[in-house]
Amino acid sequence: MEDLKQLAQNLMELDDQMVACMKCGMCQAVCPVFAETMQEADVTRGKIALLEKLAHEMVKDADQVNDKLNRCLLCGSCAANCPSGVKIMDIFMKARVIVTQFKGLSATKKMIFKGLLTRPKLFNTLTEMSAKFQGPFAKIADQASGAASCAMLNPLLGERHFMPLAKKPFRKDYPQLDTPRGKSGLKVAFYPGCVVDKMFPNVGHAAIKILEHHGVGIFLPKGQACCGIPTLASGDQDTMVSLMKQNIKAFENGTFDYLVTPCATCTATLHETWPKMIDNEDPVFVEKVKDLAAKTMDINAFLVDIVGVKAPAEPKKGGKVVTYHDPCHLSKSLGVAAQPRTLLKLSDNVEFKEMNEANRCCGCGGSFNLYHYDLSKSIGERKAGNVRDAGADIAATGCPACMMQLGDMLSQTGGGVEVKHVLEIYADSL
Amino acid sequence: MSNAKLAKDFEKIVGAGNVMHEEADLHAYSYDSAVLDPQVPALVIKPTTTEQLGPVTALCNEHGLPMTVRGAGTNLSGGTIPHPGGVVVLTNGLNKILEINEEDLYAVVEPGVVTAQFAAQVASKGLFYPPDPGSQAVSTIGGNVAENAGGLRGLKYGVTKDYVMGMDFYDAHGDLIKSGSRTVKCVTGYNLAGLMVASEGTLGVFSNIILKLVPPPKASKAMMAIFPNVQTASETVAAIIANHIVPCTLEFLDNSVIRYVEDFTKAGLPTDAGAILLIEVDGHQAEVIEDAQKVVDICTKCGAKEVKMAETAEEREALWFARRNALPSLARAKPTTVLEDATVPRSQIPAMMEGLDKIAKKYKLDIGTFGHAGDGNLHPTILCDNRDKEEFHRVEEAVDEIFDVALSLKGTLSGEHGIGMAKSKWMEKETSKATLEYSLKMKRAIDPKGILNPTKIIGDV
Repeated sequence: MEDLKQLAQNLMELDDQMVACMKCGMCQAVCPVFAETMQEADVTRGKIALLEKLAHEMVKDADQVNDKLNRCLLCGSCAANCPSGVKIMDIFMKARVIVTQFKGLSATKKMIFKGLLTRPKLFNTLTEMSAKFQGPFAKIADQASGAASCAMLNPLLGERHFMPLAKKPFRKDYPQLDTPRGKSGLKVAFYPGCVVDKMFPNVGHAAIKILEHHGVGIFLPKGQACCGIPTLASGDQDTMVSLMKQNIKAFENGTFDYLVTPCATCTATLHETWPKMIDNEDPVFVEKVKDLAAKTMDINAFLVDIVGVKAPAEPKKGGKVVTYHDPCHLSKSLGVAAQPRTLLKLSDNVEFKEMNEANRCCGCGGSFNLYHYDLSKSIGERKAGNVRDAGADIAATGCPACMMQLGDMLSQTGGGVEVKHVLEIYADSL
Repeated sequence: MSNAKLAKDFEKIVGAGNVMHEEADLHAYSYDSAVLDPQVPALVIKPTTTEQLGPVTALCNEHGLPMTVRGAGTNLSGGTIPHPGGVVVLTNGLNKILEINEEDLYAVVEPGVVTAQFAAQVASKGLFYPPDPGSQAVSTIGGNVAENAGGLRGLKYGVTKDYVMGMDFYDAHGDLIKSGSRTVKCVTGYNLAGLMVASEGTLGVFSNIILKLVPPPKASKAMMAIFPNVQTASETVAAIIANHIVPCTLEFLDNSVIRYVEDFTKAGLPTDAGAILLIEVDGHQAEVIEDAQKVVDICTKCGAKEVKMAETAEEREALWFARRNALPSLARAKPTTVLEDATVPRSQIPAMMEGLDKIAKKYKLDIGTFGHAGDGNLHPTILCDNRDKEEFHRVEEAVDEIFDVALSLKGTLSGEHGIGMAKSKWMEKETSKATLEYSLKMKRAIDPKGILNPTKIIGDV
């Protein structure tokens, strides 16, 4: 009981932020999870009410509240639609950290986060071994999206159609790079992110091709680590900070104007989340983090807003139909929505067509997909339906996590639709 | 009887998985949008068909269990805060639009249909369902009927009650009662459907609701009139109506709200204006052009410093953007927003505004006022922090006095938010002891065990 009192006291740190929620319930209109379950504890207003009640010791069962708290995609739809401007993502992230401090991290998570993610070399070796091992067992389920199924892995992955690990990760081809500024006069640091590196190396290759085409110098250092969002979403702030430290170290010796990533989640994490997690760190490190965060930019936005790639006067007609899914971390967190569409509209051989509810979450939500697969799937099936209704041959997006989910959903609902990153399509047209 | 045994009995009616009794779930249904203390229910029940509402109600009655029916829980007067130890009955699983009849201009819906989704369905058939409460993106039709919800179009198109043609509902014993019809004219028996409107769940449990639809207006025109002070703005409201023009929307924002909205949206509002009116006229093209010009003339004659007419869809959108952001802007300023809806006859708006000004000074509170000037429905919004006990005490006193002023001006306690728990103590003051007694007698006869949303509106039976 003493512990619960301590938990309540810690949660009271969030009271000033939580009290801004006026319980209007407008979050119900946009929450993908609520749309499936219609349960108040699954929508933001309910979660905040429960955290408040836990903080004020009116609710005693912390486990139940924790379960509800974790039934959230962290897609930010509610925050983008909140009349009172409640800092919902900050509250949820910090609450997860506080509850995890109270409950402790599960053994599996401890092993993955502290044992694996913080040791990029080991992580890389293990995924490479897995890539070799998966070959004989994983069966391609849908040629178009490249999603595979594997009966042997069913106990672990359920009925998922997953993206197999790449035979050759991106960093095998590009262990490091440091090219001079070209005709653009610009130079960027490139942060591919774990999923691009290990599952979608083509996206990394496309990025390099595009940057070279536009005469942008590239700094790609060794020693990059995970951005840390999976650890923070599980309440493990310590590991996140240690991952930040590794990344800061990797990038601190380069000269560059921007840091770009082809991953919506990594971009939002570096740009928005990192500076919020360093309150208790030393000032020199804090400065470095803030600096890097300010320079971090989505690569679509960089190409259009900074390099100056322009939309064509007349959108192209003919070719494969491509539609675009807005990753939550791009459209809702960073307000990047027009730029990827610009790149698609000027790509040869594809015709851009908007789908319904393009900026509705695909249901992936990182580890949400692992723990709440049924919910994740029903949200994703709606997305797959919208892709098909648009008559699309290709579903394009700007986040490799969304690509995994789209691949699974489209493959399971009949296949035949390619899943690509915007960069792959744009690179093909150059 | 234990909660576990009761839960089993309800599960027999609504199915396993549709009865919630875990602590976290119960607490998640302990509140609504009102600034009132939450109350934890004993069970939360989610029927999946309207037919289940009958046996659920009968079982509550058998055990004398208080039941509170809840749609989206956007209630602003505590009408959906449960009775301690009672049950919450959710309607959001009852969300089928059963019929949209384009020939006879009506629709039949289940109570859990979300208002905006219904309005959009109706619009896709080329028809119009005008009531548009501020919470329409999430609020349900059942809740709108139970509260007689209003909105921005009340002046010309009326409120929810003007669209309820009939209704099936369950009485306290779980028996199905039918009232009204699909016909425009119907005088079969008591107007029980009318009795259900604004009854806030205290007299019956709605099953199916028949709603009137109308053809949409062919054209519309919106404008913003800028006034040096509240007085001239309110005189203009009266003058527009006196000239027999009924705009579809006639909205008011005072200086305090203008400044908060501008601060938050940077929409380019005149922060030095005493008040602004946002006006939209609709109807046939020719009528709209004529009415719009008349409104401009009246505004100018009454002392408007400027009238900005929206010439394009974007300009129109920009005007309503300011209005839509009134509450969000106020809500961002302070942790707690106490949104009232004291309503007065149109001609009394200046006196009401003067009263609000005095109250704000007397209790040292920040009050921003916006609202539906056309129908006299004002939303004085007190910005505060309800964790500050001393300040919140002043807020409560100020609210009491706001009602005193509204009633002294022949106004009413609530234009559209309902009485619920928040204002029941004032009922006798606006009506009479006999009125309250009459209501109590009716309630006792209909609901002898007092299970239907007890204590709301008329207090304890």
